Amino acid sequence: MKTTKYTLALTLTLAATGVSLTPVQAAETLRIGAFVSATGPASFLGDPELKTLELYIKEINAQGGVLGQQVELVHYDDGGSAGKARTYVNRLIGADKVDMIIGGSTTGTTMAAVPLVEQAQVPFISMAGAIVITDPVKKWVFKTPQTDRMAATKVLQDMKARGMTKIGLISGTGGFGRSGHKHTLEVAKEMGIEIVADETYGPQDTDMTAQLTKIKSTPGVQAVFNFGFGQGPAIVTKNYAQLAIDLPLYQSHGVASDKYIELAGDAAEGVRLPASPLLVADTLPETDPQKPVVTAYKAKFEAAYNMPVSTFGAYAYDALMLAVDALERAGSTDKAKVRDALEQTQNYVGVTGVYNLSAQDHMGLDVSSFRLLEVSQGTWKLVE
Amino acid sequence: MMQALKSPRLGGLSALSCVLIILPFTLSNSFQLDVAIQVGIAAIVVVGLNLLVGFAGQISLGHAGFMGMGAYMSAILSGTYGWSPLLALIFAAICVGGLAFLIGGPILRLKGHYLSMATLGLGIIIAIVINTESWLTGGPDGLVVEPLSLFGWALSPFDEYHLLGISLSGTQVWYILIASLLVFAVWLALNIIDSPTGRALRAVHGSEIAAQVVGVNTAHYKVKVFVISAVFASVMGSLSAHYTGFITPNIAGFHHSIELITMVVLGGMASTYGVILGAVILVLLPQVLADLQEFEMLAFGLILMVTMIFMPKGLLPTLLNLLNKPKQKTTSEEAA
Amino acid sequence: MLAELLQYLFTGVTLGATYALVALGFTLIYNASHVINFAQGEFLMIGGMSTFFLLEAGLPLPIAILLSVLLAGALGIALQKFAIAPAKNADVVTLIIITIGASIFLRGLAQLVWDKEIHAVPAFSGDTPLVIGGATLLPQNLWVLGISVIVVLALVYFFTRTLTGKAILATSMNADAAKLVGIKTQFILMLAFALSAILGAVAGVVVAPITFTAYDIGIMLGLKGFVAAAIGGLGNGVGAIVGGLILGVTETLAAGYISSDYKDAVPFVIILLILFFLPNGLFGSRSTERV
Repeated sequence: MKTTKYTLALTLTLAATGVSLTPVQAAETLRIGAFVSATGPASFLGDPELKTLELYIKEINAQGGVLGQQVELVHYDDGGSAGKARTYVNRLIGADKVDMIIGGSTTGTTMAAVPLVEQAQVPFISMAGAIVITDPVKKWVFKTPQTDRMAATKVLQDMKARGMTKIGLISGTGGFGRSGHKHTLEVAKEMGIEIVADETYGPQDTDMTAQLTKIKSTPGVQAVFNFGFGQGPAIVTKNYAQLAIDLPLYQSHGVASDKYIELAGDAAEGVRLPASPLLVADTLPETDPQKPVVTAYKAKFEAAYNMPVSTFGAYAYDALMLAVDALERAGSTDKAKVRDALEQTQNYVGVTGVYNLSAQDHMGLDVSSFRLLEVSQGTWKLVE
Repeated sequence: MMQALKSPRLGGLSALSCVLIILPFTLSNSFQLDVAIQVGIAAIVVVGLNLLVGFAGQISLGHAGFMGMGAYMSAILSGTYGWSPLLALIFAAICVGGLAFLIGGPILRLKGHYLSMATLGLGIIIAIVINTESWLTGGPDGLVVEPLSLFGWALSPFDEYHLLGISLSGTQVWYILIASLLVFAVWLALNIIDSPTGRALRAVHGSEIAAQVVGVNTAHYKVKVFVISAVFASVMGSLSAHYTGFITPNIAGFHHSIELITMVVLGGMASTYGVILGAVILVLLPQVLADLQEFEMLAFGLILMVTMIFMPKGLLPTLLNLLNKPKQKTTSEEAA
Repeated sequence: MLAELLQYLFTGVTLGATYALVALGFTLIYNASHVINFAQGEFLMIGGMSTFFLLEAGLPLPIAILLSVLLAGALGIALQKFAIAPAKNADVVTLIIITIGASIFLRGLAQLVWDKEIHAVPAFSGDTPLVIGGATLLPQNLWVLGISVIVVLALVYFFTRTLTGKAILATSMNADAAKLVGIKTQFILMLAFALSAILGAVAGVVVAPITFTAYDIGIMLGLKGFVAAAIGGLGNGVGAIVGGLILGVTETLAAGYISSDYKDAVPFVIILLILFFLPNGLFGSRSTERV
C-alpha cells in the first residue's frame, strides 16, 4: 500500500518535471546558446551582456538572420554560480542542442563550462577575463575580453613611465579582484615595481576607509591601484577623497562605465584606468578604425535601454559578432567548420579591439587594444 | 512478505529503488541524466542533514561548509598531492567528522537561534578560508578536479565503459553509483532512526530536559548525529567535486547552506523520503523557472513562502496526511 | 598612529551604528513574535532604492524619505499579515524558511519594479569631509550616528512611556496573558513588524549616500544585523546596540591591524567565542525550558 503510494507520488512529480524540461525543437532556426550572470554578485557584468545579446539578436533577425536562417537566443541566468553554469551548459548542449555557445560572465562560470564544450565539441566564446581560459589553448574555447594580466600591464606601464616604483594595491575578494590581484603581483615583479601595501575588501563591503588608511600610512607609497568591479571601486574612490590621499589613483577596466563617474562623483577626478575605446567614442580620431563600430554600439545600446554602456556589454557584442562572422564564413552551421572559421578570424574590428585569432591565440587582442583613460571634469579623456 | 513490504523500511526502500531503476529510461538526454545525478547528490546530503534537523531538532545553517571542506580536501589531495581519490575522500571525511566532533560539543549546547547563528558562523568561516587561500584552493576562480578513480580505473563522465557486455556512458555509470549510494544512505538513515540512538534523538527533539531526566545522555547523542550528518556532507562534497570536475567556493557558501536546509524543511522534516522530494524540487525548480527569466526570483520566493505557509510540516507529510485522512475516518467510524 | 586608530574608530562606529539599527529591527520582531526575520535586510534595500527612485521622479528629499519609510512599514505589515500570521504554529526552522522566501520575493520584486543597477543617493548635507585629530569624517557619518541616537531614544520612550509600547512588551513576555487583559495581540504583532520595517528603511536611507544602494544590498546587511543581535543576546535592545558597535569596530580594526582578507571572518570567530562562554549572548536572559 505504502509502496505504491510512494512510487506514485515520486513518479508523478518526476514525470511532471521531466515533461517541462523537454525542449521544443523549432525547425530551421540557428540556435545560439548563452549563459550569463544576469543576477547575483556578478550582475554588473552579466546584465549588460544579456541586454546586448538580446538587442543584437533582434537586429540580426530583422535584417534577415544568418545564413538565411532566423537566429534564436536560448539564454539562462547562472547567478554567478559555477555549479548552475555547468548545469545550464549541459542543458544548452544536451537539451537545447544549440549550434554555438556564448557565455560565462566570470572566470569561474567559464571554467565550469570548458570540459563540457570540449567534450561535446561546440564552439564556445567566453566573456571572462582570466588567462587560464585560453592559455593553454583549448580547441573549442575562445574569448573576447583582454586578460586581467593585460589590464595590470597597461596600468603598471603608465606608473613606471611616471616614475612610480612603489605602489599600494587594493583589490576585491571576488573572482575578478582576486585574479587581478594575482596578475598585478606577477607583472609588478617583472617590471621592477614594488607592491608595498596589499589590501582587500569583500564584494558587499560598504566602507574601505580602514584599508585605505593603512595604505596611506605605509611609507613610500607613490600611487594606488584598485582592482575590482561593482560598487566597491566607487566606494574606494569616495573614501580615497574623504581621506584626502594625495596620490594618483588607478582603477582597472572593471569600472569602465559612465556608471562609475555617476556613483563616485567629484571624487573620480584624475582617476586613470585602462579601457576599450567605447567610453571615448565621440573623441576618437576619425582615422581610428574602431570609431564607427564603437559609436554605433554606444548609440544603439543607450537608445534601447536608457542606461550607460559598459565595457562588459561590449564583450558580448564582440562575441556575438565574431560568432556571426564565423558562421557566415563557414557557410554552414557545421560545428567543426565554424570553429575553424572562428580560429581564422583576421582583422575583425570590434568594440573592444581589433581581433586577430590564430591556432595559438584564441583571444586575438594585445595590450595595445587597451586605451588609457583619465576622468576629467566628469567625463572620460584619452591620456595617450 | 506482504507484511514486510508494508513497513516503511522495506516498502519505502523498494519503492525508491523502483523509481531509481525506471527513471533513466524516461530521460531523453544527457542533460536530464545530469540533473538526476545532482538531485541524487543533494538528496544524500539532506538525508544526513535531516537526521540532525528533523529528528534531533538541531538547526544547522552551515552544512555547506562541511560539504565544501570535503570537496576541496578531495580536490587538493588528489590533484595537487596525487593521492588516490578514494583515500582522499576517506581522509577528508575523517577530518570533517573530527572537526564536527570537536566543535559539536560546545556548539550543540546552544539552543534555537543561537545554534543557527553558531553553525552559520562556522560555515561562513570555512567559506572565507577557501575563498582567501587561493594558493591552495584557486580562490573564487575555482579549481579543476581529477576524475574519480580506483586502482587506476578512472570514472570520467566523458568516457565510455563496458559493463557485462553493455556499453554505458560515464554519466550513466555515475548515475548508477549515485543511485546506489542514495538507496544505501536511506537504508542507513532508517536504521539509525530505529536504533537506540534514533529513539534518544527523538526524545531530545521532544523535550531535551525530559530526556535528560530519564537518563539520556543528550549531549552524546547530539554530537554523534552532528558528526554523522557532517560526514554525509563531506563524502558527497568529495563525490560531487569529482563528478563535476570543477569546484568554486560557492559550494561552501551561505546560500548553499540555506538551500540544503530548505530542502529538508520544504520536503518534510523528519521524513526521510520527504527530504528526498525536497531535494528533487529544489534542484529542478530553477530549471523549470528558468524560462520565466526576470520573474524567476519572484516566483521562487513566492513558491517557497506559500508552500511553507500552507504546508508547515513539509510537502510529503502533508500529502500523505491528505491521502490517509479518508481512511482514518473509516477506521474511527468502525471503532464507533 | 593615533590618527589611524581614530580613523578606524570613526569608520567602525558608523558601520556599527548601521548594524545596530538592523539588529534593533531583528530584536523588535523577535521580542514580539520569537521569529528571526531573515527579510530584515530587504527593508534597508527598500528604503534606499525607493528614496532614489522617488528623487529621480522629482520629489524633494524629505518627502521621498517619508514615502519610502511608509512603503517599508506597509510591507512590514503585509509580511506579518500574509506570511507570518497564517503560519504562527509552525516550527522555528519553517518560519526561518518563510522569511527567507519573503526576502527572495522582495528582492525579485525590487529588481522588476526598479532595476538591477547600483545607485547613489546624494548626501544629505554635502561631501566635504571634516578633519578631527588627523582623521576624517563625512557629514553623512554624523547623520548616521545622529539618526541612530534619535531612533534609540524614540524607542526607549515608546517602550517605557506609551501604552502601546508597554503592550508590545507584555505580548512578548506572555501572549496569552496579554490577550486575557484585553491587548489585541494580532494588532500588536503587526505593529512590531511595521516598526521594525520602518527602522530598517530609515537605516537604509541614511546609509545609502555612503554605501550606495542596489536590489541585493540587503543580504549582507541583514546577515550582519543578525550577527550583531546574537552577540548582544537576542531580544535585548541594549544588546543589539552594543553588538552592532562591537561588530563594526572589530571589523575595521581587523581590517586595519590584522588582515583585510579575514576581517569578515573575525566577527564570526568572536560570536563563536562569545557563545561558547555565554550561550545566550552578552546580554541575553538565561532561558529556562519548560518541560
